[in-house]
Amino acid sequence: MASLASNFAGISSPNPFWLASAPPTDKEYNVRRAFEAGWGGVVWKTLGEDGPPIVNVNGPRYGAIWGADRRLLGLNNIELITDRPLQVNLDEMARVKKDYPDRALIASLMVPVDEDSWKIILDRVLETGCDGVELNFGCPHGMSERGMGSAVGQVPDYVQQVTEWCKKHSDLPVIVKLTPNITDIRKPAQAAHDGGADAVSLINTINSITSVNLDSFAPEPTIDGKGAHGGYCGPAVKPIALNMVAEIARSPSLSGLPISGIGGITTWRDAAEFLALGAGNVQVCTAAMTYGFKIVQEMISGLSQYMDEKGFRSVDEIVGRAVPNCSDWQHLNLNYVTKARINQDLCIKCGRCYAACEDTSHQAISMTPDRVFDVIDAECVACNLCVNVCPVESCITMEELQPGTVDERTGKVVEKDYANWTTHPNNPGSCAAE
Amino acid sequence: MPDNQLTPGIAPDRLDASDYAENFADLHPRLDAHEALVAADRCYFCHDAPCITACPTDIDIPLFIRQIATGTPQAAAETILTQNILGGMCARVCPTETLCEEACVREAAEGKPVLIGQLQRYATDTLMEANVHPFQRAPATGKSVAIVGAGPAGLACAHRLAMHGHDVTLYDARSKAGGLNEFGIAAYKTVDQFAEREVDWLLQIGGITVKTGQKLGADIMLNQLRTEFDAVFLGIGLGGVNALGLDHENKTGVEDAVGFIADLRQAQDLAKVPVGRDVVVIGGGMTAIDAAVQAKLLGALNVTLVYRRGRDRMNASRFEQDLAASKGVRIITNASPVALHGNGSVREIEFEYTKDDLSPTGQTFRLAADQVFKAIGQTLAGEGLPDLEGRKIAVTGPGRTSVPGVWAGGDCAAGGDDLTVTAVAEGREAAEDINRSLAV
Ligand SMILES: Cc1cc2nc3c(=O)[nH]c(=O)nc-3n(C[C@H](O)[C@H](O)[C@H](O)COP(=O)(O)OP(=O)(O)OC[C@H]3O[C@@H](n4cnc5c(N)ncnc54)[C@H](O)[C@@H]3O)c2cc1C
Ligand SMILES: Cc1cc2nc3c(=O)[nH]c(=O)nc-3n(C[C@H](O)[C@H](O)[C@H](O)COP(=O)(O)O)c2cc1C
Ligand code: SF4
Repeated sequence: MASLASNFAGISSPNPFWLASAPPTDKEYNVRRAFEAGWGGVVWKTLGEDGPPIVNVNGPRYGAIWGADRRLLGLNNIELITDRPLQVNLDEMARVKKDYPDRALIASLMVPVDEDSWKIILDRVLETGCDGVELNFGCPHGMSERGMGSAVGQVPDYVQQVTEWCKKHSDLPVIVKLTPNITDIRKPAQAAHDGGADAVSLINTINSITSVNLDSFAPEPTIDGKGAHGGYCGPAVKPIALNMVAEIARSPSLSGLPISGIGGITTWRDAAEFLALGAGNVQVCTAAMTYGFKIVQEMISGLSQYMDEKGFRSVDEIVGRAVPNCSDWQHLNLNYVTKARINQDLCIKCGRCYAACEDTSHQAISMTPDRVFDVIDAECVACNLCVNVCPVESCITMEELQPGTVDERTGKVVEKDYANWTTHPNNPGSCAAE
Repeated sequence: MPDNQLTPGIAPDRLDASDYAENFADLHPRLDAHEALVAADRCYFCHDAPCITACPTDIDIPLFIRQIATGTPQAAAETILTQNILGGMCARVCPTETLCEEACVREAAEGKPVLIGQLQRYATDTLMEANVHPFQRAPATGKSVAIVGAGPAGLACAHRLAMHGHDVTLYDARSKAGGLNEFGIAAYKTVDQFAEREVDWLLQIGGITVKTGQKLGADIMLNQLRTEFDAVFLGIGLGGVNALGLDHENKTGVEDAVGFIADLRQAQDLAKVPVGRDVVVIGGGMTAIDAAVQAKLLGALNVTLVYRRGRDRMNASRFEQDLAASKGVRIITNASPVALHGNGSVREIEFEYTKDDLSPTGQTFRLAADQVFKAIGQTLAGEGLPDLEGRKIAVTGPGRTSVPGVWAGGDCAAGGDDLTVTAVAEGREAAEDINRSLAV
């Protein structure tokens, strides 16, 4: 049996599944139930400065988009950091940590950008016995208008500065949570690294408006006729998060920096993908908010079964396995030629592949009067669109043309050797291979 | 129509050879991977889900469906089998339309529940085909338990006790283990010797010795078992059959439905199972339906099921009734048998229409019948058993009988529906209680 035990930046937990800082981790009641359900760790809902607590809107704070059958695909929120008094949170964190010593408990922090504020809050959270701190440089709404959250995360110099203060005033592992609302995620990650961060976590939510009410002409969620942009999360953001994680993981100057992967993780498989792209553990928010704490049981059983099948004994054996295969476009093999293949036994004759290819691609699918669909090799550029629009899994697949065979589209013999754009004759800047 | 369908009396070979295979094929063939994913996708992963509450064995249905949806059917099977070691059989035979699927919120939303039973089968079949037995025995405790009856109750009890490290001896009067899974359930619900394969798979846990041909009250005695073992579990089902209470009930052709089904289930060649041309089944439960449908599938020309009260009072679910109707069984309700006619062999059976409270109406009718199946209920058989409640063994809590050290569960015990899944639940609960009692 594979072991799911996790050690992330020196913080141990029985499994790599943590709850991200958000409503699921907002109070003792939730966190105890989460631990009972099996979560390996939690990042407590972000704490702010002592003093009058933050206020939230009193109308709806979430908007959503749905897929077929009203499956929640994306969630948007305008919630701020915790709106409960600091001391109440600290007392609760201390109690929970005492009762669940084997679980990871991380304090998420957001205070104004001055050294004193950070020193004060770090001293306070130390009393809780927590295992580390996460610096929330990501929240894209409300707090950013006050110069915190993503307003910090978007300026690498601030990121580095605050990270340095935290390392100076605390011995706890420091995780820097990054905002995706930036062009190049490697810049703030580098700043965190240079500031001495023990790890980065990403992504926080993405600036978004989920929908507009066409009667009141206001964005949703609407508060008394007005709406503000919110932070987007859930399954829809996973591809964006995966790419950002991979960007950091394959960046030589950031090598070895632990990454906590966040963004749309809903099943064990999503989690395993983040791990493979270099995340040392994962955090989950929307999936727990949609389905409840119990989903962690499927994540645990699914990941262990996968690891057993693959012969992996520890989570670390998955971490980063896909990173060497993340390449730049210019290095992809142009001599790798495939053609779409339609399995006639599985085909249900809906014709979606035909519509897609005929109207928007390369007119490479033929259709007979009795609805038999077939690929015309002389036209197929192997774009994969038919595979993606087919409603039947594995009905259309891509088949590799073996070296030596002729690609009917180009009339050329498929070469055995790897060759990419950098050496291609059409590339004005090509440098012919020696 | 093959000529032999018209042959009067009770005769084998009524159909062409190929018809039998077709008639007795799997009622709900297993979902393929695509169908399973589509079906699993419909589950809402409800909180404190009503389907779990509706399942007598409390299987965590949303979790196992999510495990199927995320591509891990073996993990799904483990979730199922942890609660219900006969999850494979239950997936085939449970009247889901009155259990989990009736409670499904999508039944409320769209009148179309998630296909829980078929998804359960998809998961358990995947695991069993890989020949994985995901449970291990705890270290041996040195305690021993005798279980009488190797039906669902006894098997579930045996597996759970073996898992806890106890040594189990499983006695059964018949020549084969399985109980009604092997001798009762309709053939088209459990094709390809599934009952036998499931027993073999279950026994892989180890620590269970099966002794067949051992009848309690004849070959083995309760008191002797009580002294030889640390605990005893009785899962002997209902061995007797209720009589109609008519004159000449022993006429040739008047038979017990359960006996007919048992013979059919054990037949090497279904063509050799004799069946009447005009068959009448009396009763309104699952046994009556199964006897009627299978008589029809064997080639009986006319099969009529007659029940004494209204259709809504029948124990067989609406699904079962519709299944019978779709196979050509005629269902007559509100009629009670009053006389059997014929010299030596039955030729006709006479009924009187009765109201829902069974009061007679004075109006009678006769049906041609060369074979009459009695399916009006089974009864507990045996002497020297623990105290009874009504006509079954009285139990408190998880199957404790009036005799110290003796537990009972399944059909033979009072309370609970007479269903495979209920027997499994009771067997498992008794095992847990026995385990607790042996620990002190
Ligand atoms: C025809 C028929 C169809 C059915 N169809 C369904 C269905 O589709 N779905 C469903 O959920 N339920 C169905 N049922 C009910 C279900 O089969 C029973 O509820 C279930 O089998 C009860 O399990 P059990 O272990 O209590 O008893 P049984 O399955 O009856 O097993 C009892 C075992 O004890 C043995 N035994 C009995 N007496 C003695 C003795 N004195 N000494 C030693 N051994 C003894 C028997 O040989 C038998 O193996 C059906 C029942 C019948 C009769
Ligand atoms: C309602 C809500 C509140 C959130 N509050 C915080 C917060 O206080 N601090 C923080 O670091 N992230 C916060 N987040 C972001 C999540 O921690 C997480 O980074 C993001 O939702 C992406 O993960 P997901 O797709 O699994 O939801 C919040 C998210 C939501 C939906
Ligand atoms: S989930 Fe619904 S009931 Fe609960 S606080 Fe939000 S709006 Fe109110």
